[in-house]
Amino acid sequence: MKIRAQIGMVLNLDKCIGCHTCSVTCKNVWTSREGMEYAWFNNVETKPGIGYPKEWENQERWHGGWKLEGGELQPRIGGRWRILANIFANPDMPAIDDYYEPFKFDYAYLQNAGDSKTMPTARPRSWVTDKRMEKIEWGPNWEEILGTEFVHRSKDYNFDGVQKEMYGQFENTFLMYLPRLCEHCLNPACVASCPSGAIYKREEDGIVLIDQEKCRGWRMCVSGCPYKKIYFNWRSGKSEKCIFCYPRIEVGEPTVCSETCVGRIRYLGVLLYDADRIKEAASTPSERGLYRAQLDMFLDPNDPKVIAEALAQGIPDDWLEAAKRSPVYKMALDWKVAFPLHPEYRTLPMVWYCPPLSPIQSAAEAGALGMNGEIPDVDKLRIPVRYLANLLTAGEEVPVKVALERMLAMRAFMRARTVDGREAPEVLERVGMTVAQVEDMYRIMAIANYEDRFVIPSNQREYAKSIYDGISERGGCGFSFGGDCSGGSADADIFGGHPTTKRKFFPIRVERTREPEKA
Amino acid sequence: MDYLHQLLFGLFPYIAGSVFLLGSLLRYDRGQYTWRAMSSQMLSGGQAFRWGSNLFHLGIILLYFGHLFGLLTPKELYHAFGLSTAAKQAMAIWLGGLFGTICFFGLSYLLYRRLFNERVRANSASMDTAIIALIYLQLITGLSTIFVSVEHSDGAVMVHLAHWAQHVVTFRSDAWSYIVDVPMIYKIHVFLGLVMFTLFPFSRLVHIWSWPIEYVQRRYQVVRHH
Repeated sequence: MKIRAQIGMVLNLDKCIGCHTCSVTCKNVWTSREGMEYAWFNNVETKPGIGYPKEWENQERWHGGWKLEGGELQPRIGGRWRILANIFANPDMPAIDDYYEPFKFDYAYLQNAGDSKTMPTARPRSWVTDKRMEKIEWGPNWEEILGTEFVHRSKDYNFDGVQKEMYGQFENTFLMYLPRLCEHCLNPACVASCPSGAIYKREEDGIVLIDQEKCRGWRMCVSGCPYKKIYFNWRSGKSEKCIFCYPRIEVGEPTVCSETCVGRIRYLGVLLYDADRIKEAASTPSERGLYRAQLDMFLDPNDPKVIAEALAQGIPDDWLEAAKRSPVYKMALDWKVAFPLHPEYRTLPMVWYCPPLSPIQSAAEAGALGMNGEIPDVDKLRIPVRYLANLLTAGEEVPVKVALERMLAMRAFMRARTVDGREAPEVLERVGMTVAQVEDMYRIMAIANYEDRFVIPSNQREYAKSIYDGISERGGCGFSFGGDCSGGSADADIFGGHPTTKRKFFPIRVERTREPEKA
Repeated sequence: MDYLHQLLFGLFPYIAGSVFLLGSLLRYDRGQYTWRAMSSQMLSGGQAFRWGSNLFHLGIILLYFGHLFGLLTPKELYHAFGLSTAAKQAMAIWLGGLFGTICFFGLSYLLYRRLFNERVRANSASMDTAIIALIYLQLITGLSTIFVSVEHSDGAVMVHLAHWAQHVVTFRSDAWSYIVDVPMIYKIHVFLGLVMFTLFPFSRLVHIWSWPIEYVQRRYQVVRHH
């Protein structure tokens, strides 16, 4: 048994209001650079929809993730020789238009336009070519709140096995938000498909990173990742991805997207798992068995045997303490209300989702919800269970139903207690939970205090010889884009490196009156 | 005239070689972040690009190994294997012509795309355009030598050029003398080749050093411990 710890994330979709604060704060911090204008390490999609980039879930088209080839795991884009053979022209590479052509607006024109009969307008301009764009055809969130026509949106892969025609009708329609970021998988396909070996998983916290110095821009990772969460920086010629805000995680702070989430839907916590079982779990023959197989990899942080073994293998004490209090462990393993996104990709993702509840289709039943301690039939929820199951459990509906019932039961129980002033343990019996569990669940999922959402042990002396320890960084140059301390600040160097931090702003004309020189 | 020959084919190869090797080393050491293939597939991909890029790369790799074998194999060695000079020249013409044509089709498209695709052009450094134009010119002069070569099938010019290359790499100062009497088109081709070596470390060509062959035996997962 090889015990590893990872900071996992849970997103409670039941509370996501689709405000995009996570995306915007992330963008401001990490991707407001040339070549990355189109890239969103975190984005929020409206579902049903084809998403960003277009149809990212359609692996018949993009060939992301893993496949089983004679029982052996292999990236779906092909084995090692095949990947090398495609290195000159990647057949599975999304083009910029599959994301969107990034644009800016000529705001300066609003200030310096001459007199005219009509109001001046700020027209769009391409970040790629710097030329005028007459019409913006697509964006990172083009399907916002069911934008575009149903015929297009219904290409959504998660409609598999759902009678989707009826959901095109206004009175039957449904929507949910899906915030997405890198899954920091246990079995990452991007790492496996990188010919340079530049992508790696950090042993101490499981964060998957791209070594910017070692990346040669072969762009196989873009295709390998089934979530399309690796972005090719067309300006620097290197791939970039969500870094799980590792400088913040290392000092015990939540990621920017989690910190700024106004709905308080994000949770961060330690999960312990057995790294020796990665291959076995990812090779589970049945796609529907993958969720269960992944659950079996995790170790109980309260088991004395696990604790003793983890300590022996060098996992620091306060990581183990954090693992015991981990909200991620509780939601994913204790209560089983959180699920991995598309386990059928065989990447064993580590960003998990609580399925969203939705209104009951029939108004009569809707009124009964929670009043008499009964839980409505989850099959009557507006969002089809099958749709959620396709998203979260490779189509296996039972675990999703149980999760939804548990979330409804929590509401019914707490409503009975706080509104009706009575205890209703009978609702909990049906969903197999205890009063203590539900009280804990209520505290973490409904109240969601900061310290309950984020249980992050700070980086350890035992781990970090160099990261922000204040000694080896002294006199260093801090963050730079390679080329040591001079890297990103200078103009192109003699070897043709482009700085990626220089912006092409249209300067606003500043008229300065010169002060008369003193005699 | 001898002075010019000596300068361009006696001295320049060492300057080019030094810049090529030291420049690559220096850039690898100092500018890892700038060491990449600089693909523009994302800005303009599609079927045509895939054909173009694959044909170009396939052609140029075969041409490279063809030149390596053709120029650096001593006459005595291939004679010992029963390959006559004339036969070797025929081989050079046919295979070189074939590989060159493959490369030519691919590169023609890539150059067209580099110059006329709005997105690609907007994001081309001047060196990107310069190097692709240089390779194109080099390819055209290389293919043109075929028309000269077929007129003297004894392979004498080829032997001269091979002598030149072999004397250069073995540091013999008379190397330039072997090139004095070959037709002009070969001289241009050799000179442009040396220019390419000189520009190599300053261009995206450095990615040639990084052919990731170690990947075929690497484990899929990479875990780093800080």
